[in-house]
Amino acid sequence: MPIDILMPALSPTMEKGNLAKWLKKEGDSVKSGDIIAEIETDKATMEVEATDEGTMGKILVPEGTADVAVNTPIATILSDGEDASAAPEKKAEPAKKTDSVAEQQKKAQSAPPATEGKAEAPAPEEAEKKAAKAPAAPAIQTAADPDIPEGTEMVTMTMREALRDAMAEEMRRDGDVFVMGEEVAEYQGAYKVTQGLLQEFGDKRVIDTPITEHGFAGLGVGAALAGLKPIVEFMTFNFAMQAIDQIINSAAKTLYMSGGQMGCSIVFRGPNGAAARVAAQHSQDYSAWYSHIPGLKVIAPSNAADAKGLLKAAIRDPNPIIFLENEILYGHSSPVPKLDDFVLPIGKAKIARAGSDVTIVAWSNGMTYALKAAEELAKEGIEAEVIDLRTLKPMDTETIIASVKKTGRAVTVEEGWAQSGVGAEIATRIMEQAFDYLDAPVARVSGKDVPMPYAANLEKLALPTVAEVVEAAKAVSYK
Amino acid sequence: MAVAQKNSSADDNKRAPAAKLADFSKEQELSAYETMLTIRRFEEKAGQMYGMGLIGGFCHLYIGQEAVVVGMQMVLKKGDQVITGYRDHGHMLACGMDAKGVMAELTGRAQGYSKGKGGSMHMFSVEKGFYGGHGIVGAQVPLGTGLAFANVYRGNDNLSVTYFGDGAANQGQVYESFNMAELWKLPVIYVIENNRYAMGTSIARASAEVNLSRRGLSFNIPGEQVDGMDVRAVQAAGEKAAAWCRAGKGPYILEMLTYRYRGHSMSDPAKYRTREEVDKVRSTTDPIDMARARILEKKFATEDVLKKIDASVRDLINQAAEFATHDPEPDVSELFTDIYR
Repeated sequence: MPIDILMPALSPTMEKGNLAKWLKKEGDSVKSGDIIAEIETDKATMEVEATDEGTMGKILVPEGTADVAVNTPIATILSDGEDASAAPEKKAEPAKKTDSVAEQQKKAQSAPPATEGKAEAPAPEEAEKKAAKAPAAPAIQTAADPDIPEGTEMVTMTMREALRDAMAEEMRRDGDVFVMGEEVAEYQGAYKVTQGLLQEFGDKRVIDTPITEHGFAGLGVGAALAGLKPIVEFMTFNFAMQAIDQIINSAAKTLYMSGGQMGCSIVFRGPNGAAARVAAQHSQDYSAWYSHIPGLKVIAPSNAADAKGLLKAAIRDPNPIIFLENEILYGHSSPVPKLDDFVLPIGKAKIARAGSDVTIVAWSNGMTYALKAAEELAKEGIEAEVIDLRTLKPMDTETIIASVKKTGRAVTVEEGWAQSGVGAEIATRIMEQAFDYLDAPVARVSGKDVPMPYAANLEKLALPTVAEVVEAAKAVSYK
Repeated sequence: MAVAQKNSSADDNKRAPAAKLADFSKEQELSAYETMLTIRRFEEKAGQMYGMGLIGGFCHLYIGQEAVVVGMQMVLKKGDQVITGYRDHGHMLACGMDAKGVMAELTGRAQGYSKGKGGSMHMFSVEKGFYGGHGIVGAQVPLGTGLAFANVYRGNDNLSVTYFGDGAANQGQVYESFNMAELWKLPVIYVIENNRYAMGTSIARASAEVNLSRRGLSFNIPGEQVDGMDVRAVQAAGEKAAAWCRAGKGPYILEMLTYRYRGHSMSDPAKYRTREEVDKVRSTTDPIDMARARILEKKFATEDVLKKIDASVRDLINQAAEFATHDPEPDVSELFTDIYR
């Protein structure tokens, strides 16, 4: 029987990728370990090695095909005696062929060598053009966004691209802005968020650091005390625990301790919370930790537009900002307003879906559960109002309270742990300010009170689910 | 010099050769003397006011170490940055910060440098290039390295003087900073004020390598031990280190062999060293006494002139104490200001 070669995943979060290039043709002989193809995502490039011996049978997915789903058969290998015609006709998963993949491949080859793999590094303008070419997806939110002028053209891009564009725009605007962190420059970012910045701004402003979070976070704060505006990338916020003394004691408190004389304009950013299958030490949600601290502002966007508008605001803000991103959301595309200077206000929540029956408050990846739950609830006749908090500190209590006064019921959704969590804080504020309007106690959906397990089934159980949000919303609605 | 000999290591061939003593002019001797004396009198007064309950919390006195900060300050120019830990009153006065404002901060009053919200360990002056005043042992080292980074980023020839003690010298973030400073050739002078005791733990009981000037060796940062009780030795070493930094050669380590006469903080058991040890250092190598003797010997000033200086210093400190005692506490509205800007 011919052996199927399947589209591999570069990481547990990868769902699809581009088949950039075939290095073997049909009929070529293949040994175990031969590189037969190259695949790429917006994050990385990977070589596909043969694990079986034989002859290349049919190539099922031609090179240059974009968005090939993981585990799709992409070719077959025939063992001795078999011929290509013996291979059953296989249809590739629906995939659209784009011209740009071959172009991207060329660019990848001309890009400066990365430390590992062949990272693609288009200049930001090229990426913008690429994104602009893509058809704009229909706007998901049912509520109009008051921060975006009516009639604004929208372009679809990933959250990763939006974050990169935000940094690039602010770096063009202000020479004091620079980015530093592990692998932000030559590697193009561990999660490719800083892709292309080194090429545009050079190594003076895009700085690879040693793996010393405590040291470089402190160095960044020192540079900020001297008046520069650093963007400090943590490869993930899990590693920022090494640096948390500098973030809290040096960055957050200095303005107060100096009687307003000396503060620091600095952004600490990077992915926060659970990714997929990376276990306890790499999956913690720090939303509650940082939003506890006076002197810090904490932002946690859920989509590309908010990511861009809020990161630009964060870089301009004269205070220390914790900007919590999410690895799972990096690759998600959503419409971003095409404006020369799209800046969103910090501390303003957004009604992502209007409704009258129950208020669901979420942020970051919690919004994924909240919006899906709202759809499920709508099928059962319950119209949920979904509030995307966007900023955790200062918290937009007003928007939450106004909604709860309307619906009389509230559910909070977070991936972090419940005790002393952000949901606990929201519930308290609702109790304090809208007690008489409540028709039911506020319900919290949160991560379970366990270190994140590795096993796929246990990990699913440890995180919130859409079903739990639906159940909580129904419970507070007595349905 | 007794201190230097006691602590110097035999295996020091990789260290930079020690700078010679600077030959101070009359103006330098007198100015250094006056500033050291100002710090001494200020600290004595602070100790007294602490005892009277006018100063609360922590209060770490600099008495005995005055030559370090005064000698270093002599080599700095406008735009250079100074940052240190919590034993910081001397650094502020040496930077030219007003004694009244510093003392009023110690008493937690409205006209203190931080409006009474920082206290002994947290004062700053953008104008005087003083970046604090930091209460977490060793945390000022990455910060000071970041100040130096800003100088490179801006392309100026300023440097950062980052002070820390023999206790902080064992903190991990110090070495993370050393690595980046040398890697990026940042203009920072790391001044290790080795006063022999980290709180009550002697350097020998806490450090595998007691010659702290060698702590930069594996990063290729030159370092040298300096007699931190002699302001001329400090100034000469500082001059050399500053020239190194301003030439773009990267960081430099100066281990100042010094001594604090008072306890770590105000409540100190004084059980970890003998009275004889303190008395010996004090009677043989006191930086102010030595400066005074030199001035008289070189006839830079007469006893009468020195007495006048002493009187004017006392007057300045008394005024600061008076101001800090009668300045009102911060308005209650200040509780919620300066959290964000």
